Amino acid sequence: MSANFLDRLRALLLAISLAVAFAAPALAGPFEDAVAKFANDDFSDTDEAIGAVATSGNPLAFPIISALQDGRLSADPDTKKVFITQADGRVIDAATGAAVDKLPDNAAAVRLNNRLRRAVEAALGGLTLLSPDPAKRIAAAQSVFKSHEESALPVIDGALAKETNKSVKAAFAEARAAILLYKSDATEVEKLEAVAVVKARGDQEAMALLTGLGNDLPPNVARAAASAIASIQSNLAMWSMVQNAWYGLSLGSVLLLAAIGLAITFGVMGVINMAHGEMVMLGAYTTFVVQEVIRSNYPGLFDYSLLIAVPLAFLVAGAVGVLIERGIIRFLYGRPLETLLATWGLSLVLQQAVRTAFGPTNREVGNPSWMSGAFELGQITITYNRLWILCFTLAVFVILLAMLRYTALGLEMRAVTQNRRMAASMGIATSRVDALTFGLGSGIAGIAGVALSQIDNVSPNLGQSYIIDSFMVVVFGGVGNLWGTLVGAFTLGIANKFLEPVAGAVLGKIAILVLIILFIQKRPRGLFALKGRAVEA
Amino acid sequence: MVTKLTHDIATLSRRRWLAATAGLILGLAAFSNAKAQETIKVGVLHSLSGTMAISETTLKDTILFLIEEQNKKGGVLGKKLEPVVVDPASNWPLFAEKARELITKDKVSVVFGCWTSVSRKSVLPVFKELNSILFYPVQYEGEESERNVFYTGAAPNQQAIPAVDYLMKDEKVKRWVLAGTDYVYPRTTNKILEAYLKSKGVKQEDIMINYTPFGHSDWQTIVADIKKFGSAGKKTAVVSTINGDANVPFYKELGNQGIKATDIPVVAFSVGEEELAGIDTKPLLGHLAAWNYFQSIKSPENEKFIKAWQAYTKNPKRVTNDPMEAHVIGFEMWVKAVEKVKSTDPDKVIDALPGIEAKNLTGGTSKMLPNHHITKPVFIGEIKANGQFDVVWKTPGLVAGDAWSKELEGSKDLIGDWVGKKCGNYNTKINKCGGQGS
Repeated sequence: MSANFLDRLRALLLAISLAVAFAAPALAGPFEDAVAKFANDDFSDTDEAIGAVATSGNPLAFPIISALQDGRLSADPDTKKVFITQADGRVIDAATGAAVDKLPDNAAAVRLNNRLRRAVEAALGGLTLLSPDPAKRIAAAQSVFKSHEESALPVIDGALAKETNKSVKAAFAEARAAILLYKSDATEVEKLEAVAVVKARGDQEAMALLTGLGNDLPPNVARAAASAIASIQSNLAMWSMVQNAWYGLSLGSVLLLAAIGLAITFGVMGVINMAHGEMVMLGAYTTFVVQEVIRSNYPGLFDYSLLIAVPLAFLVAGAVGVLIERGIIRFLYGRPLETLLATWGLSLVLQQAVRTAFGPTNREVGNPSWMSGAFELGQITITYNRLWILCFTLAVFVILLAMLRYTALGLEMRAVTQNRRMAASMGIATSRVDALTFGLGSGIAGIAGVALSQIDNVSPNLGQSYIIDSFMVVVFGGVGNLWGTLVGAFTLGIANKFLEPVAGAVLGKIAILVLIILFIQKRPRGLFALKGRAVEA
Repeated sequence: MVTKLTHDIATLSRRRWLAATAGLILGLAAFSNAKAQETIKVGVLHSLSGTMAISETTLKDTILFLIEEQNKKGGVLGKKLEPVVVDPASNWPLFAEKARELITKDKVSVVFGCWTSVSRKSVLPVFKELNSILFYPVQYEGEESERNVFYTGAAPNQQAIPAVDYLMKDEKVKRWVLAGTDYVYPRTTNKILEAYLKSKGVKQEDIMINYTPFGHSDWQTIVADIKKFGSAGKKTAVVSTINGDANVPFYKELGNQGIKATDIPVVAFSVGEEELAGIDTKPLLGHLAAWNYFQSIKSPENEKFIKAWQAYTKNPKRVTNDPMEAHVIGFEMWVKAVEKVKSTDPDKVIDALPGIEAKNLTGGTSKMLPNHHITKPVFIGEIKANGQFDVVWKTPGLVAGDAWSKELEGSKDLIGDWVGKKCGNYNTKINKCGGQGS
């Protein structure tokens, strides 16, 4: 941010306070000149225009600057006229506020770069400190906290005195403290109070503010700041443990989701299915297709696209699974090496088929609005997509468990895997059950693909990156035991996330593999080994 | 009598046989000569399956497109060009095998190919041994200048260093995160950048280096670390050499954790229009990429190329990117060199190439240098909401590619000069060919 811009911002805030006090009339000539500068398509001209417009005190200043931020401000390079497209689609002339029929054909949106975007944010912060909307006031206070611009102090003081909303008041107090900390002529008492306020805020931005302080502080303030930094640091260190645990749970849920289908096909049926990852990929591509159809035909339904995709992905991947079982695997039962090679080959075939059908590049699968963004919990950031995936994984797990336990199909599956010949002699069509079990495992992998499309690439290689992890989880958790898969996935996820900050991502992954190898040496059947006759079968 | 007759027949037939054989051989030779003269074969060595297919398939299409365009203009030296496409399947040893197959079996005159540095290193010995020509179109870590290879992508001083300069000057960045995938290109680039930053007075504690495995998909911890590193009261930026598939989850995590470009900008060296096609770019507004070409650059050459490319692929939304432009330049340079020496003989073409100029798509003229790198403009672009880049900065002129980095101790005295010195790693200090990297 250029120094002269800050000067102008200072003037702007003064102008606003004046405008508030005296309702100063808008200036006509210079304002229009400033607006016309937006049409020059030059970053430094745009910078000047932002400053001049923001300081003009003109009622159009706020609409112009906010339109600029949203890309709704366009300029005609030939006539040098600038237009605002309002939220309702109507167009007005930015210099006069007069309504315009439509945008000229050669009008283009005014371009911004990061420096200008910051200038716009700061200008909006100044312009919205007195906004009637409390959320906007808080956002404005936050941007003043970040810029700790001295000239905002009178406005903040005035606003603070009138403010009744408690959380806005706190935000204003923090912004005021930030300004005082950096104000060279603030008294020591004021600065000490400011340190206390910032310390109470206690997050990373507070820490950034305190560590950014220069060395020319009074010794008392410097000491207080240092102790505040230390206390924030230890507080943040504690939160980072919580954060690691959360990240671990989230990674664990992804591992579980990818592995849970394999826990059925490999764990329960004993088929080494190398094409498992491709079932995940098919699920992800199903999501893509669903979203494409929705985008072109029913854009209003976009937020429900994942809900629609889940059953479809289950059906698609499940059907492919049944086909694989009927076409290939049933001829290979009891021959693990051949199964491994056949399914590996199959995985390559499926990958190349998808690559031919959809192209080799990534496909865009959008996040519905309820899966975008994040919220703060204490000092950690929790992203909605991870939270939903965790909930979704647990739901899938519970449903699967209930299915195996309480449905006729589940009973037959358990019977067949425990003692095939006995089950057959009780009248269970074992080969049908085999096909359905394999289909179920594949279908669940397809569902996993729907969720993974939200955090990973949708490309033909999607499945490959999960196959090793999935086998790792199932083997570690104990073959044939769903609870083992659950515990295994979360253990590996959490262990990985606690190792990663220490060892780095690459070494962390290697360390986990080494630990698993050692563990398998000790307990070859994994965490939760099956006991009894089924083991020998 | 019988024996005599037989003998006669035998001699006759032997004579005839000889004549016939000779005739046949001559005829065959003439025929095969005629056939060889019909076309000039051009090898295309890009992965069409496996991990790298995502990036390399487009380059194969680009070369096929360029060959078609050239053939419409009458080919080269009056002969049509004939593409020979092989699929090395993202498998590095297979690259070497396929390269050998192209040169010895298909007898191609030139090969356009490779993406990753490891695949280039894998085919190098083959091109040296069989003396053929490779055009390599991707930005890479430098520290190499080979007689048989022409590097049309950016060397570090044509991409990484200008990008860091931009961040230092325009964004006043004081703290740096160098994040990359764990392989040779990011490691070498980051070594160069680290040395460069330190030479500009950046302290060790203000540099954070982080490597992740290929295809890394869980970025929560690293993004949180970046956030923490960036809250030390100094302006922070991320220089990303993260490659391929790992980018999408990385940017998604950045967007979801609310790291905005105005707070911590990320400048990427491996993210182009193709990669962005798979992401919702709205949360990424303002993050940066450094390249020598952007699709959004307005120039008559670029507009013409994009139009023809989209018509060729029959897809009006098909994007173009930097390595494609490198192939466009390389292909034109090769055509010009062949036409200059009126031969496809590798030795003649290799000697003719340095000094050849070709129009790039951004309105300038690139030139092949004696070190087998080319001159290119450098652009910094900001990601726009529509998945394209908006150029916010560019170098005033074209930048000459350095084969050997001036920032690294081991290579700062080396130059590549295949014209005067006939040497790829000439040490200017001791005036001798050879040195590190030979």
